Amino acid sequence: MSAHGSTHHPPQRIGVVAESTPGETRVAATPSTVRGLLALGYEVVVESGAGSASGFTDEAYAAAGANLGDAWSADTVLKVNAPSAGEIARLSDGATVVGLLAPAQRPDLLEALSSRPITALALDAVPRISRAQSMDVLSSMANIAGYRAVIEAAHVFGRFFTGQVTAAGKVPPAKVLVAGAGVAGLAAIGAASSLGAIVRATDPRPEVADQVRSLGGEYLAVNVVQETSNDGYAKATSADYDRAAAELYHEQAQDVDIVVTTALIPGRPAPRLLTAEDVAAMKPGSVIVDMAAAAGGNVEGTVPGRTVVTGNGVTIIGYTDLASRLPAQASQLFGTNLANLLKLLTPRQDGRLVIDFDDVVQRAVTVVRAGEITWPPPPVAVSAAPAAQPAGAPAAVEPKKPRLTPAARFGLIGAAMLAMFVLVAFAPAQLAENFTVFALAVVIGYYVIGKVHHALHTPLMSVTNAISGIVVIGALLQIGHESVLVTVLSFVAILLTSVNIFGGFAVTRRMLNMFSTAPERR
Amino acid sequence: MTSTTAAHAADLVAALLFILSLAGLSQHRTSRAGVVYGIAGMALALVATVVVAAQSITAGAVTLIVLAMALGAAIGLWRARQVEMTQMPELIAVLHSFVGLAAVLVGWDSYLEVESHGSAQTRIAADLLGIHHAEVFIGVFIGAVTFTGSIVAFLKLSARIASRPLTLPGKNALNAGALAAFVLLTIWFTVSPNLALMVAVTVLALALGWHLVASIGGGDMPVVVSMLNSYSGWAAAAAGFLLDNNLLIVTGALVGSSGAYLSYIMCKAMNRSFLSVIAGGFGIEAPSAGNEEQGEHREIRALETAELLAQARSVVITPGYGMAVAQAQHPVAELTRRLRERGVEVRFGVHPVAGRLPGHMNVLLAEAKVPYDIVLEMDEINDDFADTSVVLVIGANDTVNPAATDDPSSPIAGMPVLRVWEAEQVVVFKRSMASGYAGVQNPLFFRENTGMLFGDAKQSVEEILQALGTADPRTPEPTGARRTTVAG
Repeated sequence: MSAHGSTHHPPQRIGVVAESTPGETRVAATPSTVRGLLALGYEVVVESGAGSASGFTDEAYAAAGANLGDAWSADTVLKVNAPSAGEIARLSDGATVVGLLAPAQRPDLLEALSSRPITALALDAVPRISRAQSMDVLSSMANIAGYRAVIEAAHVFGRFFTGQVTAAGKVPPAKVLVAGAGVAGLAAIGAASSLGAIVRATDPRPEVADQVRSLGGEYLAVNVVQETSNDGYAKATSADYDRAAAELYHEQAQDVDIVVTTALIPGRPAPRLLTAEDVAAMKPGSVIVDMAAAAGGNVEGTVPGRTVVTGNGVTIIGYTDLASRLPAQASQLFGTNLANLLKLLTPRQDGRLVIDFDDVVQRAVTVVRAGEITWPPPPVAVSAAPAAQPAGAPAAVEPKKPRLTPAARFGLIGAAMLAMFVLVAFAPAQLAENFTVFALAVVIGYYVIGKVHHALHTPLMSVTNAISGIVVIGALLQIGHESVLVTVLSFVAILLTSVNIFGGFAVTRRMLNMFSTAPERR
Repeated sequence: MTSTTAAHAADLVAALLFILSLAGLSQHRTSRAGVVYGIAGMALALVATVVVAAQSITAGAVTLIVLAMALGAAIGLWRARQVEMTQMPELIAVLHSFVGLAAVLVGWDSYLEVESHGSAQTRIAADLLGIHHAEVFIGVFIGAVTFTGSIVAFLKLSARIASRPLTLPGKNALNAGALAAFVLLTIWFTVSPNLALMVAVTVLALALGWHLVASIGGGDMPVVVSMLNSYSGWAAAAAGFLLDNNLLIVTGALVGSSGAYLSYIMCKAMNRSFLSVIAGGFGIEAPSAGNEEQGEHREIRALETAELLAQARSVVITPGYGMAVAQAQHPVAELTRRLRERGVEVRFGVHPVAGRLPGHMNVLLAEAKVPYDIVLEMDEINDDFADTSVVLVIGANDTVNPAATDDPSSPIAGMPVLRVWEAEQVVVFKRSMASGYAGVQNPLFFRENTGMLFGDAKQSVEEILQALGTADPRTPEPTGARRTTVAG
């Protein structure tokens, strides 16, 4: 795509089309994200009825500044799901289509897309770097799905989530187990604990424990036997881990009322967390939401897209469209992620889409460029992955200041002591006494402010400054002696140090009077 | 008890009071008592010294003492009342220069009293004379370095001269040469004291003090000011040796070593070697690398910032020198108060070298009545950024630069910084895209979760306040009941 020199382009058009996938309720832009697209200089065309399943009327789009009409002929077409073969045919030459394309799983789709002279951007290929977080649709959708999973469970579950003591008796709180504390898992933890349930969560990464706790959940660590953790064989550890985890799940299954599983491994079938045996051990009326249903499920017995009830009365929910079940919210977040991507692709905000292949994010999302497959992107260059560097940085700095070995330290102290000894032993009596006082005062000065509060650095400095005005004593002892010159010099010295002493103490007091704790607290 | 032994006793008590004073100043709870101890110690020392001195001098001289002190007190109290808290660094630098100059004058007086009389002098025993020569010299040297160093610091802080580091060719050689020359001159003076050598050492030390501080950039001023504080103490201690006065020695050593320790804290905060700071040669080597643009920055407006803040769960404000320059501390305090009323958790993260004086930011925030228990230091807040909704970076730059941890080739590599970029959203208040004092470009500005709010910090904060005022205040929710779902 060469940038040609002419300066007056008509603004490019962005088309927002209706989704054709059965059951899809989302739309790629909402009236509020349309405003964002208009601000980038584009014209926006919305297919009539595109937002109806999400509760956005054609009038709302029109009021936001969009035109209603043939969205498929636009220069850039925004979609949620991948376009069908028929839809690909409707795109104009040179158009760009953006949506969830799953390039790793759908080589056939990439083939179909590349059969046309078009460009395709896969929203689900946004790299997971912090710069691209605002375009990370997968996180947005996972967040919604996690919330919805708990709502679905609550809907089926025959009891309260929160514990209550009522006139009609005591109600125990529901116990919820969330497997996997990724984005979806954390959202589920947050939603369940805000409904009042007792929430527990598992995850192989112990570092997520704090995140779990911050949302009101309890982190259940898998207790892997200690000796295997240092043999260095990931497979062995993993086998041990799996065994310990299976025990944990079996134990929890008997105790909890609701299980939400979120474990997914990219490009592989979902790991099996709960066996049929575990499910059979659950109490009647319990609910399982298997968020990994589309990838084969974490739970034995899950049917993707369906709700099944087992023989012992446990409901297993295998919906694969959890995010779509919150259409207005999902469309809003999806649309905002898309608008952020377009912001990146419209550097001059002039309504012209430009793809810069030197930019990691833009390179990664572009799976077809002008009819040519550009997936997979080259591995992310090291310079763009600062996360790897902090570990290296301290190492580079370290050699500059090697710690003293204990021997060297003792040697140094010994030498200093010896030097002081020689100095004082051979000095005249008066100097020796002065040195003694001096050395002791230096040590006291060091220790006396050793634990100074950081907020008091300035007051401390101004008080020591006032105190160092003590040099006035020298001038006081000299004034009036000897020549007029001495007296004049002493006079000046007394004057200056008095400014120092009085000013220093006064300003310190002024500063300290300002420090206060929470004056507005009632 | 004679008046002399009484004076000695008074000296000891005064020295103890000074120790109590410094100890008291280390904690908020005891800080006010610390000042009282300091004042008491100083009053005792002055009265005792004047009483002893009055016995051997004329009434005219006593009058002169009273006159000088009254005049000095009037000026000092007037300045202390007038000074703006943003100008504290300048004031302290000027006061340091006074101590330095006084030490020089005391040294010269001593020279005039003793050495200028040659072998006819009667004050100092013959066997101590050589030591006295050296003491005069050392006292004048330290005093003069403190004097001009503080003057330069004052000029830089008050922007009367450019704060850019002066880089003379071979500046380290110049400093080392000056020190070597000083040692040689001292030996020469000990052998044959004369006026020309006194003038020479004074000029040499004045020049050295000037050069030392002139070659340090404005951003490193917290270390410089605290280093000069230390020097002023050593100058007083040198005067004590000269006059065989233990109170001067003790007090000077106290101030000298505590000042050195403060500088050491500052150095650690900037990951710089303590020795090289004391030697003054730690100016940054012309940082050319990393000055190129590093990508696109995103602008954010005051209105959007207000929306962000209204929806935030917790906010951390990291102030820097820019807040002092813009005098933005009062609107910032008002913003803090308003957000806290809405139930937003607001805290301050202060880098040890933020501002131009150790603890400068704390003083400004205290002046604006920000409760000090929400003003945290770097180590206290650094782990909380990941859990923070919005960080407001007000006039700080190098202290929030991710290059310090990410880029080993950066001139500030290894300097501990506030990890603001871990928060969900960062808003940087800045005048323009210019780099900070270290002259290093800041990758923070180009991060995706960073918004740049350009303009005068005070004005920007006031606009945010206005926008917050028009938005409907949320009804305060009961504590603990509110949970935000987490994305990412």
